[in-house]
Amino acid sequence: MNENNIKFLEDSFKKYYFNHFNLIFTPQRTSEREFGYQKFNSGFFNRHISLKDDKELHLLFMQNIPSDVYCSNAYYAFPNSPMNEKDWKEADLIFDIDAKDLDLPCRKNHVVSICNECNEISKDTNQCVKCNSTKLEKKSLPCKLCINASKIEVNKLSNILIDDLGIDKENIHVYFSGNEGFHVYVFNSQFQKIGSKERSELVDYIMFRGAIPETFGMKKFKPNRSLFPDFNQKGWNGRFSKQVFGSKSKRSKIISELLDNGYSSFQKILDSVADNSGAKIDPNVTMDIHRIFRLPGSINSKSGLTKILCTDLSKFDPYTDACFLNDESVEVLANCPIEFKLKNKKFGPYNNEKTSLPTYAAAYLICKKLATIA
Amino acid sequence: MLVLGQDEKAKYPFLADAGEYLKDKGFSLVQFGSDPVLKLSVEKALHRIKVAAAGEVYKSDLIDGQASKDYVLEREVFSFLLAIVLIKLTGMSTLIKRFALAEARRAENYLEKDLGNASNKSKIDLATRIIYDLFNIEIVKENDFFVIPVSDYLIHSVTFHEREWKLINRHVENGKVFLTPDKTVRLIRKELGNYISSKIINAPKPSMIPGLENIVNELISLSKKLTPTYTITTGEYPPCIKHAIDVLEKGENLPHSGRFMLATFLLSRGQTVQQIAPLFKNAPDYNPRVTLYQLNHLAGTSGSTTKYACPSCEKLKTQDLCFITKECDNIINPSQFGKKRKQ
Ligand code: SF4
Ligand SMILES: [Zn+2]
Ligand SMILES: [Zn+2]
Repeated sequence: MNENNIKFLEDSFKKYYFNHFNLIFTPQRTSEREFGYQKFNSGFFNRHISLKDDKELHLLFMQNIPSDVYCSNAYYAFPNSPMNEKDWKEADLIFDIDAKDLDLPCRKNHVVSICNECNEISKDTNQCVKCNSTKLEKKSLPCKLCINASKIEVNKLSNILIDDLGIDKENIHVYFSGNEGFHVYVFNSQFQKIGSKERSELVDYIMFRGAIPETFGMKKFKPNRSLFPDFNQKGWNGRFSKQVFGSKSKRSKIISELLDNGYSSFQKILDSVADNSGAKIDPNVTMDIHRIFRLPGSINSKSGLTKILCTDLSKFDPYTDACFLNDESVEVLANCPIEFKLKNKKFGPYNNEKTSLPTYAAAYLICKKLATIA
Repeated sequence: MLVLGQDEKAKYPFLADAGEYLKDKGFSLVQFGSDPVLKLSVEKALHRIKVAAAGEVYKSDLIDGQASKDYVLEREVFSFLLAIVLIKLTGMSTLIKRFALAEARRAENYLEKDLGNASNKSKIDLATRIIYDLFNIEIVKENDFFVIPVSDYLIHSVTFHEREWKLINRHVENGKVFLTPDKTVRLIRKELGNYISSKIINAPKPSMIPGLENIVNELISLSKKLTPTYTITTGEYPPCIKHAIDVLEKGENLPHSGRFMLATFLLSRGQTVQQIAPLFKNAPDYNPRVTLYQLNHLAGTSGSTTKYACPSCEKLKTQDLCFITKECDNIINPSQFGKKRKQ
């Protein structure tokens, strides 16, 4: 990224952090967390930082004008020591839901390909339209469908957390990640102290992975229709019933079909339950108990949008509710073949043209490498 | 600490404080070497160890955990405490391991029965208290089930390889897992074994009791004859193989297909038939001659010269022998496990 772009982004981020420090979430037990940050155009990742309180956190932002700031979900005795000497105590449970992993059909309509060889920008493609190179960088400008589909996954996850795993609703915090998805935090649960392997079992439970036919009433030998789940049951039995039987009146008939089709084809039913009713979380994120996550309230340098708490998920619109940069206008050279909307205003498409944009929209494009300061 | 009745001490003798128990009854250890009546308890202790060494579970004189005569109960406890004394005198770790395992199994049976005893609340209470005191797991009875917090369940079940133990295959509600009595007890099997063996290991070593020298010597030579349990350096074996070894070490039945997989895998890792054979020793239907014959056959050292290869992961999946983890890393045959694949 060239100097002018960096200066522009640093200036606008700085203004945001100055005016909106109240949005920055100072995590509980601050001094037990590991913090990290990156600066623009620097490959270096500053990690293993410990901070006493919100004042020190504020200072970190003001002194470094970071492009991205991170904080561990884990609590350590010595957060600034190297990883194997930190002395891990416990970690909040964390889930990542990303529209990218949902792979919706709409995706190809809002993905832009940037050629690494000749910098040509085009709509989603596997080969540069200009030089035929296959070395392409993809940038997505997620659409409403993608955001809504991610919300559905968040709701599936929350329901399992509350109904099955006994988590209090107040202890579940949903954040927009600042780019393409949501981070779900669970605080003060019975799972604080469990390790990576145990968390991976939780992941399988939430995603409905590794279920065996016997669990849902299907036996290899002497199958018996009285063993199948029913609607009023809690947990996966109930969800299984809702999806597989559909309605109470069809239950009996469908059980007969399942028995006729036999044990081995039952696995396919289980797979379809996983596809439809399992929450599509990123397993690696939840399993990793030493990770650092984008700090809530900080800006995501992939978009210029803020990672922000969603108090009412159903109404949440990232393109108005997470867009906090100012609207001073700037001249940019924009090259973005698709249209997008921010703060209820439509922008683009731009065909390698000079245009004047409000700061938040200019930052959005520059962060996605689809514009430069003119 | 739990207050136990006499019959409870007989069922769960590892909960009793050895020294105190003897003092209570008015005996000292030395008496067991000479007193002809007390010698009966010594014989029983010897029997108890021998049964354990053979990989079986000692059957006590209790009927449904009860005995008609007080002295029967007393002898049950004595024989357990003496068995520990004898094992300590031999100093043989193989005996500790086998004895702890067998006694854990025995206690497991009683715990399961006590938990499953719907009509007797005090028995259920005792069993849940034992589990809480020893392993810090809070179990609450709810209708026909025992419920425990999901996190506790995960901590204890995560080392089990069977798919049945995955959380997804349990009934989960409101942060709790619902278990039947047998699963509840199975969950703590390992800890129970560890608890008993640590009790033995930490017990002070007594000085030789005159009159018991012969018995101790007999046990030492018995222990030397036992093939040391097959210990492997874990980590380098894939989950399917670890699981198979686990099953055999627990004396449970491994289907033929599993034995085939294990043997061909170990042969492919350069182990000899003589090294592998003892692994199958604990199998319920073990026959040394047949085992050697079969192994030699697989190794291609007898009869046909075909050498059998380890079945593919795909095949093992269909036989329910695969327990895939991240470490398997897309290999197609267990024998590739841990070897970096060339690009
Ligand atoms: S993937 Fe292959 S190596 Fe791994 S557990 Fe399954 S069968 Fe064994
Ligand atoms: Zn190109
Ligand atoms: Zn979309």
